[in-house]
Amino acid sequence: MSALQVDQVRFSYKQLEALKGVSLTVEPGRFVALLGANGAGKTTLFSIITGLYRAHSGNISVMGHSLEKQSLKALTAMGVVFQKSTLDMDLTVKQNLRYAADLQGMARKDSKQQLNAAIELHSMQDYMNRKVGSLSGGQRRRVELARALLHRPALLLLDEPTVGLDLNSRQDFVSHVKSLCQTQQTGVLWATHLMDEVDQQDDIFLLAKGNIIASGNTQALLNQHQQSDVASLFNHLNANHSNTADNQRQVS
Amino acid sequence: MTIAHALRCLRGVAVREALRFVGQRGRFFSALVRPLVWLFIFAAGFRSVLGISIIPPYETYILYEEYITPGLLGMILLFSGMQSSLSMVYDREMGSMSVLLTTPLPRWYLLLCKLLAGVFVAVLQTYVFLAIAWFWDIRPPLHGYLMVLPALFCAGLMVGALGLLLSSLIKQLENFAGVMNFVIFPMFFASSALYPLWKMQESSLPLYWLCVLNPFTHAVELVRFALYGKFNWLALLVVAICTVVFLAAAVVGYDPSRGFLSGKDRGRS
Repeated sequence: MSALQVDQVRFSYKQLEALKGVSLTVEPGRFVALLGANGAGKTTLFSIITGLYRAHSGNISVMGHSLEKQSLKALTAMGVVFQKSTLDMDLTVKQNLRYAADLQGMARKDSKQQLNAAIELHSMQDYMNRKVGSLSGGQRRRVELARALLHRPALLLLDEPTVGLDLNSRQDFVSHVKSLCQTQQTGVLWATHLMDEVDQQDDIFLLAKGNIIASGNTQALLNQHQQSDVASLFNHLNANHSNTADNQRQVS
Repeated sequence: MTIAHALRCLRGVAVREALRFVGQRGRFFSALVRPLVWLFIFAAGFRSVLGISIIPPYETYILYEEYITPGLLGMILLFSGMQSSLSMVYDREMGSMSVLLTTPLPRWYLLLCKLLAGVFVAVLQTYVFLAIAWFWDIRPPLHGYLMVLPALFCAGLMVGALGLLLSSLIKQLENFAGVMNFVIFPMFFASSALYPLWKMQESSLPLYWLCVLNPFTHAVELVRFALYGKFNWLALLVVAICTVVFLAAAVVGYDPSRGFLSGKDRGRS
């Protein structure tokens, strides 16, 4: 069973078609990168998968639960790190995590154990009683990650989670998520426009102007298109896609 | 949705709201100072200008300060409801609203939790105000302090639900100033909070009807009667109906097919 199955999802903002039949799959324990430039439709897709927007057509299922018909079960199976920081700056790290545990319906005893485990797992011992507003960008991201994983979801969604972080914090965060993905067998969908966050063994989906223009194992795609790195692969496929779209427009 | 999950979610939202309120001391004092200024200064000045005849629920002549106390309780609830609405627009712009709305519980229930948490904080403020007013010789019957509790909750739910509805309609924080001019002030002044409706009827009949049709008038009257150990069925009915209508409209406003992100966020990437 796939952790996430997105099938032919379409969405428009009035006249602007933001997603034109997007399909993708995330298997348990796999790190999948959703690559796309700004405006490609990544945040819109995340908003639909998390139920903040409703797709105009298409199907989404999380661990076999349809987002449309079994939305509560589907939402229970996912953890989300949004692009913007969504922590409460006036509360401490612990208070933020306790709030998340309550929203997930965790009993106090369970949540206490989970909270302590999360603090250890994400190395937050030094600042667990500090207000989030006083933390660095990298520390805040760790807290968001801990919060998203608190209820042990099968699917973790991260929407451009490293935006605004310095290079060291970025690398640290990416490797932390990848190690969690392997040890906990969590399916991860990581949206980004930063190509260096993708390793050759990761799966990727390239999103451009609301279309998935390529998908598969990164190494296989690099070999297939004879490109040396992910950035040049992305540029190559993007240019091909634009040319094809232009030709189709001229023909019609 | 299990009952245990629903209750834990309510606890989480209420604790968060209370922690934020305690953390923001300025908000607490400004919420309290506003009605106290009206009570200590405005009411003292107008005591000699406005004579209050014996009208229900009062059984004798009362001072103007005593008359406007329920109105000022309504003012606390109204401003608190709008403050919650403002904080929801802020949460939405900052993104923390997304966390609440992606919780695996029905959206109407999540909004109800947010509403109840806001009302809980507002009612606490009203009791602090009543305690201070007691030293200013505003002393309703003791059982009134108990009876006014459900009335304050009902009135708080109504203005809170209105705030929730407004927050679903306002797409950007900058637009919130309009709420002050077009909602809070008209609702407060075109009500029985500061003057009895018969006075308004003497001055202007259209304005009188505007006050009668204003749901906030009924919220104030519900509180006024309860504070003096009496019950106002009409006020309760109006408040209950308005609460249901506002809340239902807010749930529609937060429907995912409409999207709920602010205008700034739409189509970002």
